Amino acid sequence: MTIIDTRGLSCPQPVLLVRKAIEAGQKPLQVLTDSATARDNVRRLAERLGLSVTITEANDEFTMTLE
Amino acid sequence: MRDRITRFFGSRLGIMTVGAIIGVIAPLLQYFGNPKNMGICVACFERDIVGALGFHHNAATQYLRPEIFGLVLGATIAALIFNEFRSRGGSSPLVRFILGMFAMIGALVFLGCPWRAILRLAGGDLNALVGIAGLAAGITAGVFFLKAGFSLGRAHRGPAISGWIMPVIMVFLLVLAVFRVSFVKDGALFFSESGPGSLAAPLAIALVAGLLIGFLAQRSRFCTMGALRDVILMRDTHLISGLGALLVVALVMNLILKQFNLGCAAQPVAHSNHLWNFLGMTLSGLAFALAGGCPGRQLFLAGEGDGDAGIFVLGMLSGAALAHNLDLAGKPDAIVDGVLKVGGISTWGMLAVLTGLVVCVAIGFGMRERSA
Repeated sequence: MTIIDTRGLSCPQPVLLVRKAIEAGQKPLQVLTDSATARDNVRRLAERLGLSVTITEANDEFTMTLE
Repeated sequence: MRDRITRFFGSRLGIMTVGAIIGVIAPLLQYFGNPKNMGICVACFERDIVGALGFHHNAATQYLRPEIFGLVLGATIAALIFNEFRSRGGSSPLVRFILGMFAMIGALVFLGCPWRAILRLAGGDLNALVGIAGLAAGITAGVFFLKAGFSLGRAHRGPAISGWIMPVIMVFLLVLAVFRVSFVKDGALFFSESGPGSLAAPLAIALVAGLLIGFLAQRSRFCTMGALRDVILMRDTHLISGLGALLVVALVMNLILKQFNLGCAAQPVAHSNHLWNFLGMTLSGLAFALAGGCPGRQLFLAGEGDGDAGIFVLGMLSGAALAHNLDLAGKPDAIVDGVLKVGGISTWGMLAVLTGLVVCVAIGFGMRERSA
């Protein structure tokens, strides 16, 4: 599975990186983020593109699986 | 419960609700005493704070605006309640400072940040259309750099105390505003006796308005620059639907409150020098896009512990001091003996805008990462 580490990156880079990966056909994707804003933005992008999203949280960081 | 609230504010209805609430509050602040078409203006209000502290000496723009303290602290309260307060920083702080400085200079050339551009339009000031077009041009340039791999680098988590610096500064300034401390005879604090700085809603109302907007904007990630950027970059209309709600509701409120006056010439605290209205906001839009948020969003991020946003705010405050000390800011249109005297900016102001554009473009090209 492709892993995209967006931790520490500010808006809109996490969404841009994820969109680029999806467009390149890299599914399923695992996205790491430490920002609730990036989590929400990536989730909105994924849902707009018809992907399912599962999110787990540990130590104030989020792991998102898009497929 | 908290998850449901988070999902609501993340929805289109949520962002539109927040935009509509700001659209109600801002014209009301004007009704209660704030300058015309300036219910909320992050750039103008930060400039007034800088003046009150004595960092510039334009006697017409000096006041400790409680709205700004409320915007930051409202975001802090929301971030704490929803467990989103995170001390972080270290993502190109000096670059962010410079971006903040030029963002402010561009905004003061236009005489308003993106928030005020929308509120000016809602009040019938058609110069705002030129400013918003300039803003869109600047953001489009920013999107070009983002697509080319522009990045200010990763921020890192830090000790809790670093994230508390901006909120504590805001509390300190709020205390100064409440008690109007006089540190030295004929010196700071300064409070304007005439001009826009002398026009203000009562402190408690301004503070509560700021707190409410700060809280809601932190939850909904409201951002005026992001609204345009997301449309240009991704055809994503989520944020701009909030901005649209703000514009429509503020327009209706202004009509109800009889604060609507359609035209270009002699609009309140505005000039009709179209070229520099456009270029000033182009500079602002580019700087905000490279820094990842409009001036309001930078305050909200600073409130939730983001030291990089805090540095951007300090850059904006410095830009405000420079704008007035070096005569870079726009001068409003005026009616002199019944004749319209079109305002605008000095040659120094023009040079500052062009310098800012060159610097921002250099930063845009220079901060690219091939593989982020």
